[in-house]
Amino acid sequence: MPVSTAEPVASTIPAASAPAASGKPAFESWGRYPRHNARVVQLHWQSDFPGILAGSHDSALPVGMGRSYGDVCLLNGGTLLQTTGMNRLLDFDPDTGILTAESGATLAQILDFAVPHGFFLPVTPGTKYVTLGGAIANDIHGKNHEVAGSFGNHVPCFELVRSDGTRILCSRRDNPDWFHATIGGMGLTGLITWAQLRLKPIVSRAIDYEGIQFHGINEFLELKQRHKDVEYTVSWVDCVSTGKNFARGIFMLGDHSKVPGELKPSPEPRLVFPFEAPGFALNRTSVSAFNTLFFHKQRKPHVKTIQDYEPFFYPLDAILHWNRMYGRNGLVQFQYSLPWETAVEGTDAILRAIANSGLASFLAVLKTFGDIPSLGMMSFPQPGIMFALDFPIKTGITFPLLERLGDMTLDYGGRLYPAKDAAMTSRQFQTFYPNWERFARFRDPMITSSFWERVTDTTGARLTV
Amino acid sequence: MTLSAFDPQPATQTRPTTQPVHAGGVSPSAKVTRKILVLGATSGIAEAVCRIWASQGAQLFLVARNSEKLAAVAADLKTRGAAYIGTAVADLDDTDHHAELLSHAINSLTGMDVALLAHGILGDQPRAEQDFHHAAHILHTNFVAPVSLLTWLSNYCVQRRSGVLAVISSVAGDRGRKSNYLYGSSKAGLSAYLAGLRNRIDREGVTVMTIKPGPVDTPMTANMNVKKADVNKVAESIVKGIDKRVDTLYVPFQWAPIMWVVRHIPERFFKKLNL
Repeated sequence: MPVSTAEPVASTIPAASAPAASGKPAFESWGRYPRHNARVVQLHWQSDFPGILAGSHDSALPVGMGRSYGDVCLLNGGTLLQTTGMNRLLDFDPDTGILTAESGATLAQILDFAVPHGFFLPVTPGTKYVTLGGAIANDIHGKNHEVAGSFGNHVPCFELVRSDGTRILCSRRDNPDWFHATIGGMGLTGLITWAQLRLKPIVSRAIDYEGIQFHGINEFLELKQRHKDVEYTVSWVDCVSTGKNFARGIFMLGDHSKVPGELKPSPEPRLVFPFEAPGFALNRTSVSAFNTLFFHKQRKPHVKTIQDYEPFFYPLDAILHWNRMYGRNGLVQFQYSLPWETAVEGTDAILRAIANSGLASFLAVLKTFGDIPSLGMMSFPQPGIMFALDFPIKTGITFPLLERLGDMTLDYGGRLYPAKDAAMTSRQFQTFYPNWERFARFRDPMITSSFWERVTDTTGARLTV
Repeated sequence: MTLSAFDPQPATQTRPTTQPVHAGGVSPSAKVTRKILVLGATSGIAEAVCRIWASQGAQLFLVARNSEKLAAVAADLKTRGAAYIGTAVADLDDTDHHAELLSHAINSLTGMDVALLAHGILGDQPRAEQDFHHAAHILHTNFVAPVSLLTWLSNYCVQRRSGVLAVISSVAGDRGRKSNYLYGSSKAGLSAYLAGLRNRIDREGVTVMTIKPGPVDTPMTANMNVKKADVNKVAESIVKGIDKRVDTLYVPFQWAPIMWVVRHIPERFFKKLNL
């Protein structure tokens, strides 16, 4: 053979793609705000990290699908290690339901595999386009928090790789401090290469669904009390209407159907939001009209039906890139939780402040958190009420309102969710998460995020628009 | 070269000949018992194609150079439902060991219905313009090594008068361009070889399939700043093309008319283009 095989073959590890010089950054979070330039490096194999950073002095941050809203998945001027090419399913035990997968596998890919085998995610957020690693790093929650806790409660173990090459097997027994720091650790403790997830058995794709109209937070809590034995509960709330329609909404309940049905995988979504809507498209009138339509789409105060799990769990996944609806400026989320003692009073006050601000929230979601403690040192869920709202970014209005709402949350003893945040101040963050300094000791020295830099900044600087 | 069977069963043991039954009713297509040899199994396209075959319950033998990556791919395909997985770690540049490798693989599979040749390198064009050894390396990996493998495999298939030999070439082989003519000429040679081989053995009942992908989003093309096709869509087309025993498959299909035009641009203009 004429050719020397000792010669190195073109590396399968790609060099970083060049950062966008201007305009659209190489990686956006779901809110498309803030916009930070970073170079994006794709990870394809568990062995790629940390070698892929050799020779680089930039800070890095592992990211998945970029479905968190603010800057928890951004790193201004750094290197984003995108894990989505690392999406292998390494093992599945149908007796225990335990799936072992690489961290870049999305919940959509896991469902495509699990549902035909008669299994479902133990906890799922409102989109299936998030990675397993991202779900752990943000210790996400779903509509069944009261019975299931958050995502990390269903992760028996995972591997964490540090930038010095150390590989740490993490579980409640092995290296428990790393386990607790990495669940909800916002990707800052290192790269999760693979993880186990305990799936739960189902016999059908169908959800036994009920929708009940309500008026006001108290009515919501009564309904919640009355339907304690239902696994999934969530409410949509109209945050635009005032007067007699103030805080009207629809309480939505669901249980996995017990009647065996066909367990085929989901079809691919066909609808794509095709362009950035102009800035004026979402205004008080259009949002108000949408909210009224949504409330009355359900003709009767109480409906009962059988629904596929896709529209029940992932109504917005049916339209890819729906965030373009918010136009160029993007959107921000405001998601808080309040303990039971202040839940009603605080939520009422926050909702009134929003309704009076003139800012229209297109989507508002109300849930309750149960008593199952999250395993993460920095996990968001705490027993009480949880509310999430989307806002368009309006210069001079949105951020002052968010700061005020953040302070109200703080006064009522609640906290905000880093995965949804682009605005909390360092003072707010450090009060919401008193463990943050202990957590900081587990952060990988090479890894940080725009969010972390922002909320641990002690100079008091904050983002304004 | 190290040979190892991922499945602990010895290769001589009887393989399942009926459709494997999956919990929850995964319904694999009728071709579930297909025995498929994959060379270059950790390449982005091969892995995506294998995931589809695995979910159909195929029996697979995987060959790749890096044992760690191969183990991850094998575990994934096993989890997704492959009825059997055998693996071998081998550097396919090493043509001296091809016969041993291929006979081991086919023994392990107890036969072979389809072979997918997916290994290859993009190489470094500017370096190859200065360094003949690098140029020769590209030609060896992308052209000489597949010819060696196909010599053995085509004779095996002709003897049995059946089989599909699916080989990943490239649109880059349709016309040489200054940006990657070393890679392009290696694939041009491969495409011409496949056309000749098809002309010889199609009549013997053996399908020779030339797969010509455009740029696909895989680790190999990470540094290319062009629009790339989704690897899973490409994989679906390849699986369908193999099922239909297509001779030449452009993926995505839009590349067929594009390359027709590219092939027909008169050279006196073409030589001035920056492609």
